[in-house]
Amino acid sequence: MNLLESIKMALKSIKGNKLRAFLTMLGIIIGVASVITLVGVGQGSSNSVTEEIGSLGTNLLTLSVTDTESVQLKEDQLDQFNELNGISEVAPIVSGRVTAKSGENSTQVSITGTTSSYLTVRDLSLSQGRFLSDMENELRQKVVVLGSDTASTLFPRKNPIGESVQINGVSFKVIGVLESVGSSLGTSGDSVIIAPLSITQRLTKSTTIGTIYLKAQDEQMVDRAKFQVQGVMTTLFPNLSDYYSVSSQEDLMETMSSVSDTMTVMLGGIASISLLVGGIGVMNIMLVSVSERTKEIGIRKAIGANRKSILLQFLIEAVVLSVIGGLIGVALGLGISRLIEVFSSLAISYSPTVTLAAFLFSFAIGIIFGVFPANKASKLNPIQALRQE
Amino acid sequence: MSNMTKPIIDIKNMKKSYVLGDETVHALQDVSLQIYEGDFLSIIGPSGSGKSTFMNMLGCLDTPDGGEYLLDGKNVATMKDLELAMVRNVKIGFIFQHFNLLNKLTALENVELPLVYRGMGAKERREKAAACLDLVGLTGRYQHLPTQLSGGQQQRVAIARALAGNPSVLLADEPTGALDSKTSKEVLQLLKELNEKGHVIIVITHDLEVAKQAKRVVRIHDGKVFENGGDWFEPVGINQDGVKEYQRQ
Repeated sequence: MNLLESIKMALKSIKGNKLRAFLTMLGIIIGVASVITLVGVGQGSSNSVTEEIGSLGTNLLTLSVTDTESVQLKEDQLDQFNELNGISEVAPIVSGRVTAKSGENSTQVSITGTTSSYLTVRDLSLSQGRFLSDMENELRQKVVVLGSDTASTLFPRKNPIGESVQINGVSFKVIGVLESVGSSLGTSGDSVIIAPLSITQRLTKSTTIGTIYLKAQDEQMVDRAKFQVQGVMTTLFPNLSDYYSVSSQEDLMETMSSVSDTMTVMLGGIASISLLVGGIGVMNIMLVSVSERTKEIGIRKAIGANRKSILLQFLIEAVVLSVIGGLIGVALGLGISRLIEVFSSLAISYSPTVTLAAFLFSFAIGIIFGVFPANKASKLNPIQALRQE
Repeated sequence: MSNMTKPIIDIKNMKKSYVLGDETVHALQDVSLQIYEGDFLSIIGPSGSGKSTFMNMLGCLDTPDGGEYLLDGKNVATMKDLELAMVRNVKIGFIFQHFNLLNKLTALENVELPLVYRGMGAKERREKAAACLDLVGLTGRYQHLPTQLSGGQQQRVAIARALAGNPSVLLADEPTGALDSKTSKEVLQLLKELNEKGHVIIVITHDLEVAKQAKRVVRIHDGKVFENGGDWFEPVGINQDGVKEYQRQ
């Protein structure tokens, strides 16, 4: 008996029991669809994170202080970073949250106290007005640059340039508005206020600098610049290397992608378990089917079916069930991914490899879980099988 | 007995016993039997006589514990599953009491089934199956499901299925057991015709009336086989309700 004949026979027997076949397949369908969707979500977010980090510029270094009590960076120490030959720009950051108010409109935003270098270090651009100048920092001028969201919240119908904003009760003059950058890594880049470092330190009552953004000369210099920065920090704060870290964008990218890879594996793992459960469902039904069709097996054996043909018949039936389930699952998974993409902001990545793997997995499950019932069927004693009503 | 020289079936000292609870049942004890080409044989015996065991042996569904079973000169007694399946497919056609058709397949597909296992191509298979259905008088009922056919018609489909593989032996187990007397006669008539066409036919029954239709009647009793079984029972005969009468003999 050839394979094509066996497949036809299997399809026929599946067709004869449509509802049961569908319910059997459901486990596989859900399994395959969830593998495709969840891995798609995981990979999609991984991709978008990597993209976002990449868009921040690859020659950016971030020095962040985790314990500002032990590591107290002061403004006058910044010159030491500026003198490094690998570094082209240095932008110190002091940040905090403040309430900004303009007439009736008010909003809670994060304030970034920095210097004029910030604009180039972070690759930002202005949609209106100008950025902070060194002079304004020096003189503690009360001027601010608004993020695009903050500007539209505070001044919904007005040009904000030249207007004044009350920040924690103190009046500031708006000198510029940033171009929208969208949200990045879960925080909006547009709901911000940027003010001179000196005045922000006063506003947030913090004298130390928490973060410094440094721009390396070029991409090749990033690693060298990183070592230089670490060298300066070691001289400034010996034996306190646990309280600060210097990282390049590449480091950040690696960390983030390893996080989202873990997430992807976890999601895929959970989905695979459901696929496995689906496989057990197939085995269950095939076992029921074998005992239901004992008589049929007896008849087939009596008219000349050998063990192999019976084994093949049931195995192929299980495989066909799983494969049809797998195909429906692939279609459903891709459909759901598409829907998620359309109706939510989640980025989904369609991976042909994962789709193929999920499908092949369902195929393998058909074989693995089909073998046991099929083997049981093939070993039935024809005499006893025939005797059964 | 017969002028044919070489038997198709040659059974010598066949033994079979099985354990039932803690008792060993000797279902067949030193059974010897020769069946020749052109034979129309009936095997008669009450339930528990070893009749079913003997039929399973003849049909190569089971292998004996001892003795020889030569089918067309080959010893079946020592064959393994694969060879036995092949023998069942090529040499033997089964006809069952309850027809044993596959209800989800049409008449034609049922008849095709032995040929499917033989690995025959679809077109050739269909032609052969159709020819067999024509032979048993079921032209025009190819696409009927077994449930759409009467008992007699279903048994005809079963006979056609047994014939499809063109086996040397047709083995019928109570072929008329589930049929009324009129249809029984028709089925027996069909078997006679097939015998005239050269098929060896073995009918297993407990009904003497049916057994007497055969050219040769063999009685099986307590695991032993006796020739001229029909004469043994005359004139009283046995039937399903006459077990007591039969036992008195």
